Amino acid sequence: MNNPSVDTHPLSDEVGQEPLLAVDNLHVEFVTRQGLVKAVNGVSYTVNAGESLAVLGESGSGKSVTAQAIMGILDMPPARVPKGQIRFRGTDMLKLSDQARGQIRGQRIAMIFQDALSALNPVFTVGWQISEMFRVHRGMSKRDGMKKAVELMDRVRIPAAKQRVNDYPHQFSGGMRQRIMIAMSIALDPEVLIADEPTTALDVTVQAQIMELLAELQRESNMGLILITHDLGVVADVADKIAVMYGGRIVEHAPVHDLYKNPGHPYSKGLLESIPRVDQKGQELYAIKGLPPNLLDMPSGCAFHPRCPYRRDNCVTDVPPLYEISGTRGSACHYYREVLDGTVG
Amino acid sequence: MAPSAERILEVRDLVKHFPLTQGIVLKRQIGAIKAVDGVSFDLHRGETLGVVGESGCGKSTLAKLLMALERPTSGEVKINGVDMAKAHGPTLKRMRRNIQMVMQDPYTSLNPRMTVGDIIGEPFEIHSEVAPKGDRRRKVQELLEVVGLNPEHVNRYPHQFSGGQRQRIGIARGLALQPEVIICDEPVSALDVSIQAQVMNLLERLQNEFNLAYIFIAHDLSVVRHISDRVAVMYLGKIVELGNDVAIYDRPSHPYTQALLSAVPVPDPEGREQRERIILQGDPPSPADPPSGCRFRTRCWKAQDICAEQEPLLEIRAGGHLSACHFAEEHDVIHV
Repeated sequence: MNNPSVDTHPLSDEVGQEPLLAVDNLHVEFVTRQGLVKAVNGVSYTVNAGESLAVLGESGSGKSVTAQAIMGILDMPPARVPKGQIRFRGTDMLKLSDQARGQIRGQRIAMIFQDALSALNPVFTVGWQISEMFRVHRGMSKRDGMKKAVELMDRVRIPAAKQRVNDYPHQFSGGMRQRIMIAMSIALDPEVLIADEPTTALDVTVQAQIMELLAELQRESNMGLILITHDLGVVADVADKIAVMYGGRIVEHAPVHDLYKNPGHPYSKGLLESIPRVDQKGQELYAIKGLPPNLLDMPSGCAFHPRCPYRRDNCVTDVPPLYEISGTRGSACHYYREVLDGTVG
Repeated sequence: MAPSAERILEVRDLVKHFPLTQGIVLKRQIGAIKAVDGVSFDLHRGETLGVVGESGCGKSTLAKLLMALERPTSGEVKINGVDMAKAHGPTLKRMRRNIQMVMQDPYTSLNPRMTVGDIIGEPFEIHSEVAPKGDRRRKVQELLEVVGLNPEHVNRYPHQFSGGQRQRIGIARGLALQPEVIICDEPVSALDVSIQAQVMNLLERLQNEFNLAYIFIAHDLSVVRHISDRVAVMYLGKIVELGNDVAIYDRPSHPYTQALLSAVPVPDPEGREQRERIILQGDPPSPADPPSGCRFRTRCWKAQDICAEQEPLLEIRAGGHLSACHFAEEHDVIHV
């Protein structure tokens, strides 16, 4: 933790110091033939300069849709944002014109995608694709752009960058392709970097290389990092704070050490107990029963109640708000106190 | 149930080279991808052998060889003492009943146009002696129940099930012929975290119930530790270290195993600053042209001249288990 946040509570109205990026009560819906899919239902989080926020969730939890809304790359329609704010240095980006939004996207907020092979264009050389950032946003010449591309490839530690700048994406291995993606995303020194499952498709040894590279780049330029992942191990390694998402909402947010030591929501608790660990041989795994919710037909009350071992009657009827546990922690469980104390059951 | 001493599967010096050719009319062989290059191990009844390694190390080719979906270039795969690599026709067909597979991706390994009943019942069509025609539907429903699905769903199609349920269908299909060995090729990697535990618990329960032996192939070392009795670590077509789970995870002696383990993120932020990290440089070399001597030497921090000249054999070394390193040395990397 090199720059602890001053205010990490996502719901508080920041007075005076505005965080670098603040998502506030964001809602995203998709209009489909089967009906309205409420993918994100009131998500709030903040990221400060130099801070790493991990957004943890399973598929369909809304973690990637939130990131796409921040980047402004959602297809609208079918998507729409009926409510909420995304403030970047205090300005609500949802109110900006497309042109003003384009000034931020890629330059001040950049994103790394999961699958580097499909995110890169197979018919252009990697040098051309990296230098495109400089040609489009900075009006550089082709030659200067290429020079910059080599510098960036060096910076993300691609060996023999000068010789490889004219190679095509298929000539690189998976880890090297992900480095090229990272080079493109940091080309214009963004203030916020969103990494959507950056290592999911990679082997563990390569994953370790990429995570270390991201951490180093973050230290160098004091970026705010939003790491979207489903991997509790990766989160424990790099994050300062965590937001756990389930059914389009944040069910728990906390500094990383607090959450792993004592989770305050039955879902986070279940997740932590259900993963096998490399450093110990466990007994039978605890399994969260049932299936993640269907976004077309969300359960009433708390979205987790059909799978929750601690369910009481009011969980079925009342939607739990995000209760504040302390200045830096919150849990959307009616019985978070009992979950924390271990007295529930 | 503890694994017995009875060897059910014996693999000896198994080699698979895929030829690389040049030219269209006059094909010439210009080299070979050495996907599996001399692998030997035993599997006992009721035991789980985990196989770990990075992509391209040959673990999926190994699975195909064990299933006789690929014919080995040389070497033996003996099931109950009979070499499957040399078997043909009816003998091979009968042997195949004994070894079945669960695939990685439950979305593509089930035919979308077949009902669940047809998918699970298909093995009975091929091996009709196992279940007489009138009996099949009942057998299929029994299997559905065994893997925790509703037997009344026998006429549904795969798209009506979630990922975890589909994987259960794949497991039921694997169980249909009552095999003694099941090869699981990345059976949980396509599933969500909360579903992985359900499927792993199911696999463990079935093992106890039917005394199955598993070959469990995965890239996730935590998952492999959880389910395996013994673990084999593969690198570029060879096993570099083989031992029980304590030997491999707590007392690894091969540098590659140590690097692999140190790269696994531990889901606990306590002590993350102190944890040892061995970051390997670069990518694995091409299996078409592996390095001489020890194949790991190009990325190894311990490499000496001898590593390039002499190939280290997989034998019992420091730590008391099989390791293929000239400089094998016990070193716990995952506990702070």
